[in-house]
Amino acid sequence: MLARRIIPCLDIKNGRTVKGINFLGLRDAGDPVENAVRYCEQGADELVFLDITATIERREPLSELVRRIARNINIPFTVGGGIKSADDVQTILVSGADKVSVNSQAVRNKRIIKESAERFGSQCMVVAVDVRRNSAFPSGYEVYIDGGRTPAGLDALQWAQEAESLGCGEILLTSMEADGTRNGFDLGITGLLAKTLSVPVIASGGAGSMEDFLSVFSDSCGADAALAASVFHYHEIDIPQLKAYLQSNAIPVRL
Amino acid sequence: MIAVVDYNAGNVFSVISAFERLGQSVVLTSDRDTILSADRVVFPGVGYASAAMKELEMRDLISTLRMVRAPFLGICLGMQLMCAFSEEGNTPMLGLVDLPVRLFDRSVCRKIPQIGWNRVYKYDDPLFSGLDEGAWFFFDHSYYVPLSSGATAARTEYYGFEYTSALRKNNFHGLQFHPEKSGKAGERVLLNFISPEVEQ
Repeated sequence: MLARRIIPCLDIKNGRTVKGINFLGLRDAGDPVENAVRYCEQGADELVFLDITATIERREPLSELVRRIARNINIPFTVGGGIKSADDVQTILVSGADKVSVNSQAVRNKRIIKESAERFGSQCMVVAVDVRRNSAFPSGYEVYIDGGRTPAGLDALQWAQEAESLGCGEILLTSMEADGTRNGFDLGITGLLAKTLSVPVIASGGAGSMEDFLSVFSDSCGADAALAASVFHYHEIDIPQLKAYLQSNAIPVRL
Repeated sequence: MIAVVDYNAGNVFSVISAFERLGQSVVLTSDRDTILSADRVVFPGVGYASAAMKELEMRDLISTLRMVRAPFLGICLGMQLMCAFSEEGNTPMLGLVDLPVRLFDRSVCRKIPQIGWNRVYKYDDPLFSGLDEGAWFFFDHSYYVPLSSGATAARTEYYGFEYTSALRKNNFHGLQFHPEKSGKAGERVLLNFISPEVEQ
């Protein structure tokens, strides 16, 4: 039986961890490698690093940061942000990342999924899908790209299924409406994807309490992993305590 | 000195870093003499079995690897390549152990590849010294080695199906999981691999 995974997410800008404050500004939140090592020690199962630096202003090449992370941590990690081609994917993987996450670029250029999966294996291709409710679409959710600014005109479930058939090995699903609310994950769309797809689904957006993690992992929803940023970053949820809580509620976790 | 076998096997950076964190000196090499004189040989691997065998052949590594007498550690695809034959590209392999490598049965194992943390049981190798039964390790694979009374050194269950997650024959050790990505439990396995205990 596979463990359900707890995944802290770190947003990276110019080689530093940053946190948004009410969607207005960004605050420096420390060195990503130091943060990553701390999460490892606390028992995180995996880490996700999203580089939100615009390419043009990159001070440290992303691959250099990836190498520093790989040198210092001993759990799997995913890197996303600004990846535009299978060659970019290769650069990140060779630097020591286990998986690469693509979002807008996968919608604009589906070949990146297929080509990368064929060259490096499905296991390293994560497609990030940002969704917002829209009853005009069959699943009730539409896909958004460009950091949530542009509606993609795609149905959430259909796009996830297409990404799977192109060779992606995992879906990172973010509910834009739940994100930042701390009112819990969107169990509806998460459950629909988790039950329909044959690749793992990582739930993201809305984590506020330990109960939220229990709900998203329970049989009625069935997410394989849950990702969160601020509740871990601000120590509102302690990872060892969260895992003990999940285990006492019959959710398999790595302790 | 630890020789990590270089045959274009994808991500070797993490394996090298893991041994370096343990204070070891590591060389990435496909040189026969370096491999045969190393204290430990690590055979990593991420990728496709038949393509990996072609690469080993091109680098003239097949006979070299069969001749290693120091403790040898195959990781993930590296462990699978130690077997006799793989369904992945229908290729003969190193044949260090006389076992096949098969694709998980989709009617049993709903999610393929298996990606994530799973438990390992029934250790029969000093590599697992000091670990509690059922320790968690990170797995990432679609093909598996069946159980064998002679070579299975640990086992794991996926959708109720039991298979070999560690194998051993003499100085040849294989791990289906990634110890370099398995937190403290993985670190312990790598420490055990560099300890003198594993030479017995």
